[in-house]
Amino acid sequence: MFPKEVEVILARHLASYLAMPIFIVDPVGNLVYYNESAELILGRRFDEAGEMDAAEWGTVFQPTDEEGVKLSSEVLPLMVTVHERRPAYRKFWIQGLDGVRRCIAVSALPLLGQSNRFLGAMGIFWEVDGT
Amino acid sequence: MRVTLWGTRGSLASPGPDTDHYGGNTACVEVVSRDGTVLILDAGTGIRRLGTQLVRTAQRVDILLTHLHMDHIQGLAFFAPLYNPQIEVHIWGPASITLGLRARLTRYLSPPLFPVALQEIPGEPILHEVPCDTFTIGDFRISSSLVCHPGPTVGYRIENERAILAYLPDHEPAMGARDFPIEDEWTSGYAIAADADLLIHDAQYTSEQYKRYVGWGHCSMTDALKFAALTRAKQMVTFHHDPSHVDAALDQMLATEVAALAPDFIVTPGIEGTIFNLGGPPFTL
Repeated sequence: MFPKEVEVILARHLASYLAMPIFIVDPVGNLVYYNESAELILGRRFDEAGEMDAAEWGTVFQPTDEEGVKLSSEVLPLMVTVHERRPAYRKFWIQGLDGVRRCIAVSALPLLGQSNRFLGAMGIFWEVDGT
Repeated sequence: MRVTLWGTRGSLASPGPDTDHYGGNTACVEVVSRDGTVLILDAGTGIRRLGTQLVRTAQRVDILLTHLHMDHIQGLAFFAPLYNPQIEVHIWGPASITLGLRARLTRYLSPPLFPVALQEIPGEPILHEVPCDTFTIGDFRISSSLVCHPGPTVGYRIENERAILAYLPDHEPAMGARDFPIEDEWTSGYAIAADADLLIHDAQYTSEQYKRYVGWGHCSMTDALKFAALTRAKQMVTFHHDPSHVDAALDQMLATEVAALAPDFIVTPGIEGTIFNLGGPPFTL
């Protein structure tokens, strides 16, 4: 693993103190961290799940739309943010690693560091009513 | 590589009988190679006296600023080579989100803080912004990266064929970490400091003091030693001494921390005037 940029280190520290579920990916979409609140929704502690490449986390949580149609990782808000470097939002269903299906709403933001370096994206999400 | 400490104090120059042993000048470190390349790390008040020597001998000087807090730039305006057009002075330092290095330096080098503006200095320095890709000056390879300290701040890693020097004078690697040290890849400054022969690192506070100043951008001596252990430093120099820490207090801090942590590397107090010869015997130019 490469050393993380200081802005990403600080983002992780901030996330670790916040109660909102937060998911952080690197510039190509690889998962680098999610916080304790996110663990409750994703169904596994980050220490156990560890870092995942974009293809893996984009499928391991089995994202679907409200009709149950499988979503490709490319349309998930974090990946939209990674590819287009803009904020993105979507409500969809996932299956946590504990096997429980949940509806979540994700707001993804690009992480732009000093000199406008693109460092990845941060997704803030909530479990919401799926009806 | 010869490394000389010209100023090791943090925050504010603190001369006086109680600080006479460690010195009262703020951050300035000279790095010289056998081929005569001269680097100066930060331009605190210690640079003034260094400048009186270099103005007689140097043809080119590169000043590497970690950041633009006053204790790291206050000596710049009093650096004699800047007023000698025969000497080529390069200044490397971080821009901010909205201002380039020139605009940021001009805030200090202009009235009312200083009577002479940057563009009026006879040998107008050549400016370079960091962090950037690894660059070479003489036989030194230099890399920089942003580290945990308020505002744009970098640490420097300086290497040649014989030695590695890491310079992190203002650094709070424990900020936000619940149980420092954490994994190396998530530690601010790790890549700069890894496997250094000499690590010059912020060690401003006692552990008790640090609890009151979390987020101010500085480090307890305990955390500095833990950081040095994590990065496998061969030798660490304590740096950025608090202005209120007199000689006896600094001696006591170091003795206490070294006794408690028993590091397996050399820990050297950052005393003004100390010279380190890395990667070979002493040399003179």
